[in-house]
Amino acid sequence: MVRGLTYLLLFQLCGEIISRSLDLPIPGNVMGMGLLLLGLIVGWVDVKWIEEAAEILLSNMTLFFVPAGVGVMVYSDLIAAEWLPITVATVVSTFVVMAVTGVLAQKLEAKGSDDVG
Amino acid sequence: MWAELVQTPLFGIGLTLVVYLLAQTLYRRVNSVWANPVLVAIFAIILLLKGTGVEYRDYARGGDMILFLLGPSVVALAVPLYQRREEIWKRKRLILIGIFAGSLASIISACGLAWILGGSREVILSLAPKSVTTPIAISIVDKIGGIAPLTAALVVLTGCLGAVCGPEFCRRIGVTSPVSMGLAIGTSAHGIGTARMLEVNRLAGAAAGLAIGLNGLMTTFLLPILMALFGF
Repeated sequence: MVRGLTYLLLFQLCGEIISRSLDLPIPGNVMGMGLLLLGLIVGWVDVKWIEEAAEILLSNMTLFFVPAGVGVMVYSDLIAAEWLPITVATVVSTFVVMAVTGVLAQKLEAKGSDDVG
Repeated sequence: MWAELVQTPLFGIGLTLVVYLLAQTLYRRVNSVWANPVLVAIFAIILLLKGTGVEYRDYARGGDMILFLLGPSVVALAVPLYQRREEIWKRKRLILIGIFAGSLASIISACGLAWILGGSREVILSLAPKSVTTPIAISIVDKIGGIAPLTAALVVLTGCLGAVCGPEFCRRIGVTSPVSMGLAIGTSAHGIGTARMLEVNRLAGAAAGLAIGLNGLMTTFLLPILMALFGF
């Protein structure tokens, strides 16, 4: 568990360093995910070292978003002032994206555009 | 004594955990998607803080520590991606096309609707990256001139909505394969949707995790092009 968490944090740190020093628009944690994936594929990291820590974090990931959501309360006035365009655009667009991506991917998958068995 | 305790991280962490556990219990009892534990916990904590007059920054002392774990969690998404790499790689073309279309649809539908309904320029721009994961969305909005805190709020709302309604909505429109559902909900509802997908199916979760990163990248590059195209 401690070893796994250490690896995850080290990869996040590497991601942060690369993303900041090259001034990339990708945040460090997403960069860290890419680096770790590369590390696993190339064989620098054994998946057994990080599996347990990753499992604990991923199965509780929803909890970590709660404080981010509570942050909304600070901007409640701003949201109240333009609630109509904000609400309609947010709600409708959320469903539009799910429909566009989902239906397109499902159609392509059914057609077997890639070599899916 | 209470005033001192409220200012320690113990308060924010304790409150978040207790409310979250209660929200999970409620979710199991009522068996409705609207009782989504994240959504219920967020509203309950906001009401509690407003009701007791505790400042947000006091809550954030502990809350930020929980939020910090989101960073290594995003890194950890590499694990399901690695474990399912063959299934993902086989579908690379549909994954790229699906996420690209979703990214484009997100910007156009969100900004278009807000524009039609008379939203201000700042609000329209703040809505543009709302389907992108929080850290990327903030850096995008800083560059194009929206209101970063508003974007952060909209990103969380979008995520909750996608996580709550996504799986049922996908089934109703015939999106049933784990990869397609994962892509749809990951592209639309980023990390919160991905967390939900991980509960449903590991392959769907891996696809959703991939969508977080790719949608973030695509939106980063698409948005300036679209803004120039529409002369915004």
